[in-house]
Amino acid sequence: MAIAPGTAPANGAIRTENLCRHYRMGETLIRAVDGVSLEVRSGEFVALLGSSGSGKSSVLNLIAGLDRPTSGTVVVQDKDLARLSREELAKYRLHVVGMVFQSFNLIASMTLAENVELPLRFAEVDRGKREGLAREALERVGLKARTNHRPSELSGGEQQRAALARALINRPQLLLADEPTGNLDSHTGTEIMDLLREFNEGLGMTVVMVTHERALAERYARRMIFLADGKLIDDRPNVPIAAASETSGVQR
Amino acid sequence: MKIPDLAELALRNLRESLLRNSLTTVGISVGVASLVAMLSLGIGLQQLASRRLGKSGLFDTVIVSSRREMRGMGREEERNGPAPGESRVLDEAARVEIEHLPNVLEAYPDIRFNTELRYEDKPHLTTISALPASAKSNDAFEGMQGNYFSSDTAPEAILQKSFAEELLGKTTKLGAPEPNVADLAAPLLGKELTMRYAQRETTPSGPGSTSPTSASPADALAGTAYSVVSREQKLKIVGVSDLDPESMRGPTRAKVFLPLKLAESLHVMQATDLREVSRAASDLPVYQSVSVKVAKPSQVQTVEDAIKKMGFTTFSILDASRSIQTFFKVLDVFLGIFGSLALAVASIGIVNTLVMAILERRREIGIMKAIGASDGDVKKLFFAEAGAMGILGGMAGVALGWAIGKVINTATNVYLRSQSLPADNFWAVPWWLVLFAIGFAVLVSLISGLYPAARAARLDPVQALRYE
Repeated sequence: MAIAPGTAPANGAIRTENLCRHYRMGETLIRAVDGVSLEVRSGEFVALLGSSGSGKSSVLNLIAGLDRPTSGTVVVQDKDLARLSREELAKYRLHVVGMVFQSFNLIASMTLAENVELPLRFAEVDRGKREGLAREALERVGLKARTNHRPSELSGGEQQRAALARALINRPQLLLADEPTGNLDSHTGTEIMDLLREFNEGLGMTVVMVTHERALAERYARRMIFLADGKLIDDRPNVPIAAASETSGVQR
Repeated sequence: MKIPDLAELALRNLRESLLRNSLTTVGISVGVASLVAMLSLGIGLQQLASRRLGKSGLFDTVIVSSRREMRGMGREEERNGPAPGESRVLDEAARVEIEHLPNVLEAYPDIRFNTELRYEDKPHLTTISALPASAKSNDAFEGMQGNYFSSDTAPEAILQKSFAEELLGKTTKLGAPEPNVADLAAPLLGKELTMRYAQRETTPSGPGSTSPTSASPADALAGTAYSVVSREQKLKIVGVSDLDPESMRGPTRAKVFLPLKLAESLHVMQATDLREVSRAASDLPVYQSVSVKVAKPSQVQTVEDAIKKMGFTTFSILDASRSIQTFFKVLDVFLGIFGSLALAVASIGIVNTLVMAILERRREIGIMKAIGASDGDVKKLFFAEAGAMGILGGMAGVALGWAIGKVINTATNVYLRSQSLPADNFWAVPWWLVLFAIGFAVLVSLISGLYPAARAARLDPVQALRYE
């Protein structure tokens, strides 16, 4: 898929064009996403902001390949997601995208290690290799000692860190986070955000985070995109507070 | 996903809702058990019947008759084969030829005639046939009162139970219990019968020549020279048999038996004589039919074919056993259908369990899809769960069905013994039934898993993740 002139064809780049996601609820048509066009470059840390019902999570789901647009295109890594088969879309989610959610979404019946290595099972990675990778990922998020615990035995912050480890395990270029601190107190939330920043800066992952907390976005994101009623209303660069060394930001 | 991973995840999921999945698996095992119990009894009965037929000694016998003498077989309707004029005469030369065929143990003539027997000066008309010494091992003489013939030429007779009743003037009323053989035999054993019969005597002019100047009226008809003389022979009753050794002969079966060599030496006038002797090439005896003993039942067909090629009509119990096999095939199918019904009910249980599991694990399916599981992965996982329940239920069911069959067999034998009947094994679980039952259980489970698996795979991840 060709990239529009003027933009560098970069890995991890996201481009949406007139992206729409409408659905019908009884008689009324809900325009969850209504003509959103945006571009995210490789290595960016973008916050999608908006009140609830603004369509920010819907945009994220479309980028994640969990949902398909009603019209418009969403191109990630030169792939037009709307044109991928269900099978190809699953492969895309497996290898290109890592996701974390507000409610952690760990599988309750599995230990942390098993949760973290689950994507490797889908990727058909050998058992021996899987264990090492899972241990490594849990170590990176500081959960080395809890590998054999079940999610219910952990605090919310620990669960979210485990979810981050799981999102990392397949070394995706794109990390999508849907209200990652929504269920956490501010201190724990900060720990998670620090990890997100570490992945963005240390591993070079493109991060797109949905949040309704403007303060959080201002502190960590290098670009803020505002949505309301499914439409993009503002898109501006931001200088993250804790990362003041990088002043360049991202130009529009 | 790789198969070991699938199996591991499937078993983990089954353990998660242990009670529900166990109950479903028990349902499958009851279904498989009923199938195995039904089929093991069906197969057992079939094997019992085959065993009994094998013991009867008739399983390895071929009866040969000339194509123009069908009445002996009760097959007047049979009109195919060469025209009577062209077919071969079943004489001593043919008998010797048949006896020399490969796998043939012996071939002896069936001597069979209707005649009058006098017992205590009362005449009784009956059918008499001759038995070779080898017939002693026949199943029919197992429960016989008295003894088998002391020699092949002894002037002795064995009576069938119904003729013994006739001699004693007892008639069994319909519905009344059958009289005991021992009671019938006691007054008869050792007693004497007088048999009156027509003896055929070849005249010195010699057979085979068609002399138009022949003196006797029989000559003109038969084209050869012999005369018929009325004779008497005293016979000692040595045995009374309960079962009928000639059950395969139908309406022409005999009720009194003589030793073969004795019967041959009597030269009794037989029904075939008039027609057969006319065509005989020599003075060799001509037979109505010849019984052929084959070494193994499996060789009966080959021997029959060889004899048919010689130009004779053959009949063997294999013809009858084929119908019996058909009967048991049909029985097995019916038993199988009834057994499968329970499995069909169990399969609905699988569908129910898996659909419930989808509802319960909706969110989990959403998570798996979000982190990269394909539709195929989700489908295979539910399939694996259905298959695992099928394998576990199948194995438990085979064990349970085996036990049920065994209990029915044992209980029936206890009942048979209480009725002073011999116990027998009419229950069999061959290895193929074990494999078939488990395989069938897995197949039914997988088919049951089709719908839930497809439904789980189609689940929209966004909605599934929203589900609490």
